Amino acid sequence: MRRAFDVVLLLAAIVALWQALHELAPIALSSPHETVAKLARMSQSERFRGHLAETGQAFALALAISTAGGVVFGVTLGLNRLGAQVADPILVSIYSLPKVTLYPVILLVFGLGMSAKVAFGALHGIIPIALFSMNAVRNVAPVYLKTARVLRLGYGESFRTVIVPAALPEIVSGVRIGFSLTLLGVLIGEMFASQRGLGFLLMNAIGRHDVETMMAVILLLATFATIANALLLWIDRRLHVRAAEAL
Amino acid sequence: MKAASRIRLGVIAALVALLELMVRGGAISRRVLLAPSEMAADLVRLLAEGHYHGDIATTLADVLTAFAIALTAGFATGVAIHALPRLRRALEPLLATYYAVPFFAFYPVFIVILGVGRAPIVIVGVLFGVVAMIVATLNGLDRIPRVLRKTAKLMRMGRIATALRIELPAALPYLFTGIKLAIAYAFIGVIASEFILAAEGIGYRIAYAFNNFDNRTMYALMLFIVGLVTAVNAAFHVAETRLQRRLGR
Repeated sequence: MRRAFDVVLLLAAIVALWQALHELAPIALSSPHETVAKLARMSQSERFRGHLAETGQAFALALAISTAGGVVFGVTLGLNRLGAQVADPILVSIYSLPKVTLYPVILLVFGLGMSAKVAFGALHGIIPIALFSMNAVRNVAPVYLKTARVLRLGYGESFRTVIVPAALPEIVSGVRIGFSLTLLGVLIGEMFASQRGLGFLLMNAIGRHDVETMMAVILLLATFATIANALLLWIDRRLHVRAAEAL
Repeated sequence: MKAASRIRLGVIAALVALLELMVRGGAISRRVLLAPSEMAADLVRLLAEGHYHGDIATTLADVLTAFAIALTAGFATGVAIHALPRLRRALEPLLATYYAVPFFAFYPVFIVILGVGRAPIVIVGVLFGVVAMIVATLNGLDRIPRVLRKTAKLMRMGRIATALRIELPAALPYLFTGIKLAIAYAFIGVIASEFILAAEGIGYRIAYAFNNFDNRTMYALMLFIVGLVTAVNAAFHVAETRLQRRLGR
């Protein structure tokens, strides 16, 4: 109950700050009220829905690829001690690289359009998911593995009934981070050399000094990202609590 | 561990060699990718010619400014929030979901407010790094063992002496995690912003070369960034390992 009160308080503070900034510089920021109204009007228009669908589709595909790829890649490496030792620093340094530098390569390979955006989003998301999955499998409590051996479980069986459930909480943490980065990747991809999608709408609005549209798109993105992240965080915490109780 | 590093070097060398062979052999079109040896030669040539020294200086200055601001502001905010538990509880949901919001989306707004220039770029770099530093500071201050503070009291150390000689060293390993993230995020924020819309900087030059089908310049500059960022991150990693070894003594 107090947690919910805190969230309401925080939201009220953000809206108040936003309103205050708007009073200070009315040309640079549209007010919260105007922005919501603009978003409501935009969502009626056919063209905006097209852009929204384009971004949504690119994001869904990129997320599916980065989750499936990251988990399979990470778990495979995690099962192999040497493989994990070899891959870990490479993955960490790719993770902290400004991947936007590599975007032209992706554009040259995939061409302008949907597939380049999907590839770029997946490139952002796959690394953290692989890193978390790999470390999750590496850090499965040795007691579990010993128990599996004592029970004479086969390789497939111990993988399915011991390793995967034990690693699941950390894998979900990785997917939560991968989710945010995939969205970021898709948007950056749309902001550069794209003709469709929400990122394109943002860049297009700069040229026309259309602050209302910009703020409406940002509000939509921030709300979506925050709600999805809160949901994943909730699942994440519940899984972690359950895992701690099981030990 | 030694064997792992050798294998890692071998894997990377094999990948580079494979790329080289595929481009030279014609399996990958030269319009898409250049051979790694050509990229390196182009980079050496570009650096010797000195056309891009100004852009390199701009980018590095912006990264350093963003890093310095994120570090000091993040640390100060972290200490302040730590001292006010009620505020901290209210801010917790914001800190937990902050990185979910794709705030490159805010870059256009900063451009509208401040114009195309270096200020909005530095702001994006700061926004990207500051929260990692705040979280690391909170983490570090939380993990200071109680016994250390008691010892300080026992030795009748003043508030400032306790902060400088007991609390800061004890929190340092956690602070270092924030420092490492802040520098990596400063690079990402600055270069990505330059790439999207700017008038100077290496990110801008890469985008410009791409738009003009100038693959040689583009790949040389890309190699420069990848090499530079990897070297900087590796240096911080080495410093962190040393610090941990010294503290673990």
